[in-house]
Amino acid sequence: MNAPNPLPDVTRRGFLAGAGALVVSFAIPAEAQEGEVPTAPGGQAAKPKRPGSLADMPSLDAWIRIDADGSITVFTGKAELGQGTKTSLRQIAAEELEVEPAAIKLVTADTALTPNEGYTAGSQTIQNSGTAIRYASAQVRQILIAKASEKLGAPVEALKAQAGAIVGPNSAKASYGELVSADFLHVDAAADTKLKPPAAYHAIGKPFARVDIPAKVTGGEAYVQDMRPPGMVHARVVRPPSYNARLTDFADAAVKAMPGVIAVVREGDFLAVVAEQEFQAVRAMRAMAGVAKWQEQPALPDQYDLPAFLEKSVSEVGAVTSVGADSVPGARTLEAQFTRAYQMHGSIGPSSAVAMVDNGLTTVWTHTQGVYPDRKAIAQMLGVPEEKVRCIHTEGSGCYGHNGADDAAADAALIAQKVPGKPVRVQWMRDQEHLWEPYGPAMLTRASATLDQNGNIVSWHYDLWSNSHGTRPGSAGSLIAGRLMDRHFPPDPAKLQISPLGNGDRNAIPLYDVPNQRVNWHFIADMPVRVSSLRGLGAYCNVFSIESFMDELALAANADPVEYRLRHLKDPRARKVIEVAAEKFGWSKDALPAGQGRGFAFAKYKNHAAYLAVALEADVDSDSGAIKVSRAVAAVDCGEAVAPDSIVNQTEGGILQSMSWTLYEAVHFDRTRILSPDWSTYPILRFSAVPDSIEVQVVDNPGTPYLGVAEAAQGPTAGAIANAFRNATGMRIYDLPYTRERVKGVLGV
Amino acid sequence: MVKLNVNGTSYDVDVDPATPLLYVLRNDLKLNGAKFGCGLGQCGACTVMVDGKAVFSCLTPAMLVEGREIKTVEGLGTIDDPGPMQKAFIEQQAAQCGYCIAGMMMRAQALLEAKPDAADADIRQALEPNLCRCGTHMRILRAVARARDLMQGKSAGNMAPSAATGRG
Amino acid sequence: MKRFWISVLILVVVCLAGFAAYAWKPAIDPIEPPQRAAFDKLLIEKGAVLASVGNCTACHTKPGGKSFAGGLAVPTPFGTIYSTNITPDPKTGIGRWSEAAFSRAMREGVERDGDHLYPAFPFDHFTLVSDEDNKALYAYLMTRHAVESRPPANELPFPLNLRFVLAGWKLLFFDKGAYREDAAQSAEWNRGAYLVEGLGHCGACHTPRNALGAERKGAHLAGGEAEGWDAFALDASSSAPIPWTHDSLFDYLRQGWHADHGVANGPMAEVTGNLGRLSDSDISAIATYLSSRMGEPTPERAAAAEDIRKKLSIDQGGTPIPASATTGSPTSRGGAIFQAACATCHDGSRPQPFGGIDFHLSSTIATRDPQNAINVVLFGLPAASGRESPIMPGFAATLTDDQVADLLGYLREAYAQKPAWADAKAKTADTRSGKYRVSVQPSDGIERSPDNVGAKD
Ligand code: FES
Ligand code: FES
Repeated sequence: MNAPNPLPDVTRRGFLAGAGALVVSFAIPAEAQEGEVPTAPGGQAAKPKRPGSLADMPSLDAWIRIDADGSITVFTGKAELGQGTKTSLRQIAAEELEVEPAAIKLVTADTALTPNEGYTAGSQTIQNSGTAIRYASAQVRQILIAKASEKLGAPVEALKAQAGAIVGPNSAKASYGELVSADFLHVDAAADTKLKPPAAYHAIGKPFARVDIPAKVTGGEAYVQDMRPPGMVHARVVRPPSYNARLTDFADAAVKAMPGVIAVVREGDFLAVVAEQEFQAVRAMRAMAGVAKWQEQPALPDQYDLPAFLEKSVSEVGAVTSVGADSVPGARTLEAQFTRAYQMHGSIGPSSAVAMVDNGLTTVWTHTQGVYPDRKAIAQMLGVPEEKVRCIHTEGSGCYGHNGADDAAADAALIAQKVPGKPVRVQWMRDQEHLWEPYGPAMLTRASATLDQNGNIVSWHYDLWSNSHGTRPGSAGSLIAGRLMDRHFPPDPAKLQISPLGNGDRNAIPLYDVPNQRVNWHFIADMPVRVSSLRGLGAYCNVFSIESFMDELALAANADPVEYRLRHLKDPRARKVIEVAAEKFGWSKDALPAGQGRGFAFAKYKNHAAYLAVALEADVDSDSGAIKVSRAVAAVDCGEAVAPDSIVNQTEGGILQSMSWTLYEAVHFDRTRILSPDWSTYPILRFSAVPDSIEVQVVDNPGTPYLGVAEAAQGPTAGAIANAFRNATGMRIYDLPYTRERVKGVLGV
Repeated sequence: MVKLNVNGTSYDVDVDPATPLLYVLRNDLKLNGAKFGCGLGQCGACTVMVDGKAVFSCLTPAMLVEGREIKTVEGLGTIDDPGPMQKAFIEQQAAQCGYCIAGMMMRAQALLEAKPDAADADIRQALEPNLCRCGTHMRILRAVARARDLMQGKSAGNMAPSAATGRG
Repeated sequence: MKRFWISVLILVVVCLAGFAAYAWKPAIDPIEPPQRAAFDKLLIEKGAVLASVGNCTACHTKPGGKSFAGGLAVPTPFGTIYSTNITPDPKTGIGRWSEAAFSRAMREGVERDGDHLYPAFPFDHFTLVSDEDNKALYAYLMTRHAVESRPPANELPFPLNLRFVLAGWKLLFFDKGAYREDAAQSAEWNRGAYLVEGLGHCGACHTPRNALGAERKGAHLAGGEAEGWDAFALDASSSAPIPWTHDSLFDYLRQGWHADHGVANGPMAEVTGNLGRLSDSDISAIATYLSSRMGEPTPERAAAAEDIRKKLSIDQGGTPIPASATTGSPTSRGGAIFQAACATCHDGSRPQPFGGIDFHLSSTIATRDPQNAINVVLFGLPAASGRESPIMPGFAATLTDDQVADLLGYLREAYAQKPAWADAKAKTADTRSGKYRVSVQPSDGIERSPDNVGAKD
């Protein structure tokens, strides 16, 4: 992990300007800092085509440093979130630098040290940072060879990099350390660096154990929660009972007198307490909750009639795609409507952060997904220039998108102002995470398709209703503390934006070959329930809807669902994952025993990232309403597979998490309060419901661009469960989640 | 003042005896293994062993476990000399974010100490109180089964991927 | 003298023959399993509602198993009985039972092949069920998914393993016959009585039993035992700190919890879970009948309830009292344990129904028997898989028997204003060791996972 000791005097430039280092800089596209913005579909954008764009991207450098002792440090603006990227990025650098991955030091997201790579989100770490590091490493190798050529007097062609040295004929050899010893070199990335061919790989695609796991299983200091800098004190926040509640009365005298209490913080409606010991802070927090009086207002929609709320709240409609004719004649037209409830990230570890104010500099250790944007928002909230805030990524519990991490960082930063010089550790309680994290937005979708005589799709209309799925920091109004404090920073107004990457409309365009398509996003700016990015964003509900609907169309066309999908797909890589999944699963038309069903679904994440198909078998107990997924087989193609086991791990996890969303999860609320404060009221997957087996086939494409994979399973899993249910029962459920009550309601007796 | 015996060492800790064991382990004894997840006994992230049984340390006041044998994941082995449960989790790469893992390991350890030949179904049932949000369940089940075999002296089985030894 | 002995012998033979004639039941011919089309849809739907009143699935479904396929271990004081498969599987279920065979089982407690059924199957209540309702139940059960699954053999000692012995039990304790209306009462009351006493078989748990396992007639609904849990009294001796009313009973049965009483747990959770299918009018009828059995509270009880309400309105989310005492009187030790281990959830500030109950309202603390309190403290309330449910950790591994007794003593004195239970420690020891068997199950819904029959820790 990144060191808990602050490095307040170190600027990136200063740090890197140390003697005896070789440093390479190169650019990352400007959009990459904006959030979940992809590289171009070709995956090449991380390699600058035109040096001119460098001028538009100040301070967007990724760095490699080699010291005189030969040690190699790689800097990434991306953060480890449990996907194993601390390992796979090392593999990538090691590949081109011709060393072992273990030889590489990796510094991850830190506003004082690493490039600004925006958010670690959208399954783009390998795609963006990995591509960048790959090209940089390859160029460093070439520069080292050129240096060695001078030093050893051998032609460049006769030299090669090997185990941290450049070697040539007649045992000529110069270690990397020797080559950089007298030099400091600042080089811009070349546009045409040649990469190693896959056949020569020693690190990429090879099975390396993850570097972070040994510490995590032996009690090492692995998470921000584990930090204990000297003099650290403990803080707890006290939240209002509902989003808009206002503090009317707060008698804090008794709390101040409680054992260990150092400070009681009140800033408008923001309340917190700082104490010597953690349990003292917990007790004081409870006491504060008891004496704080709030005025609340009903402002939430009707949980049981979300479609009506969504339809009536539309502020703007955006065309996601419009291809061919609006309507074409056909043999028959089918329609369907789908919904999805608000759902939680539900990290197992509630958000936490450590902050310290020292000499006017606020340093925050945070498990945010974006150290730079978080810094900007915190600086605005504190009313200080950005340089006065440093955010250092430190691992937390898995987040699966924008959860409470940034808010906890802001809490810590704000509280730390009251106790300067002391590191303050803020730990949210379970109910604070459950009630205040920004949920994945509720959605409504409608699909309609016209089939020709042969059952082929000739026209496709798809409409979706949703909030924005991205309210990440950028400004103080995106932070809970910013909203609650005296100045009551307003949330940023939500804007409809249609981009290739998608947001609520992510994966709203079917990948299937349909000549005439209309897709619209009915955008809802108003966000009475706090929402933001949850793994997959709109893709989860859109793929669920599209893949459910595809099965209905296949049924109408009297076709096998797998064959029907293939018939509408020319993309060979899409076809390949579908074929592999179907084959490994043993897809067949044979009837299953009553109550059992098979389901299939496919998507290419964001329509430009990983291809993933999944087949699964489910057993429906119509009397209890329980759906048991017994077996799943997935095939995934995410381009060149850097760390195949991490791809399998992420995909297994995605399948299980999506299964939990799909079968159980909905945030409950009345008109005033959120009613899901814990795991009692928001149940998630437990071991008794875990399938007997999950098999993930990685379809490797060495030498092709990296395609993000971490979110690829979310949508297809939901679609496959929906289709297996349909196959098992002859009925379809159009609304997520598939609770037992819903199952019983649909099946009757 | 509370007297605690943790991983074979005795400690005198100057805390309110009502303090949950979790906070004492983490803050006073500086042991990272047990994690705060809910503080309500609903998730198992804080699981440790007391006299061989799995307990939620978040709801166990320190005063109730005075003089008893407390074991945390740090007591199963070290990073340089991991115990069989830890070896199995590393070998199976059974973690994503890893936050739930120490709790899983302690509950599994308690099961295997009580029932060395636990069947796969027993493992599943024993782990029911513990939540994992990353969806690492399949690997956790495999790792515990592997730990069972390692503890019983069966060493055949999946081999570990070659290790990259750098620290995360 | 010789003639005397011959007379005795003849008498014995005649009695035995008479008993045998009484005990012997003919097999009813097997049938071809009927098709779904053989039943009217409305009849099946009616049967579904009735089956949920009967809570059939609770006993006839194993944890994680298929609905109605049986195999659940039901602990009884005499041994373990495994529930039967009542899916229409022809081999292992009731697929070959005719409607007549089904009705006879309900009315008389006899299997299709003529064997007597154990009263773990509450035919002493089901005998009251009307022919029409049996018809609907039959239609419902015969249209479930057939599951081939044979339950394990019962574990009963001789002579209880001999089925004809049950005929003697019936001779002593069983009154056969459908429900007869009480003309002096309202139609709603009669409907409630029919459901409670018949299919609902509330007395099976809520009435104490005699040494031979039969409900004690004189103590109807005076509180009994179910799977190791104390089933509270549903008569005037109810221990509820705030007396039950028609409306609170209605809400409790309708939604599984009530603000004055907390959430249904133990085996009762399945009952309220299942009643979800019942119409409001039937639930109201049940509430009418039960509240009439409980009667109006005495003025003292009503006043005590008022006191509690007052206390709660002031106490809401109050500051916790710091616990420090590890020595001192048992109740002060218990108080320290409560503050340290329980108050996080039970300080009254967490939202109902799943936040911990404020013990002022707890029947469990106010009742005469500590068993339920012991069960919950030791084993907790395990989470239901994939559904909302109260979750409470068990403290068996952290609290000693003495500490449990101290804690319960404190709760009794502080919350119920009653003296500590004298037998708490001994009962805790027996419960912990498994000598006293308790079935521990999730507190919401109909699942029973983990399968924890008998508390072997
Ligand atoms: S933190 Fe103890 S059970 Fe969740
Ligand atoms: S590995 Fe992340 S919660 Fe289990």
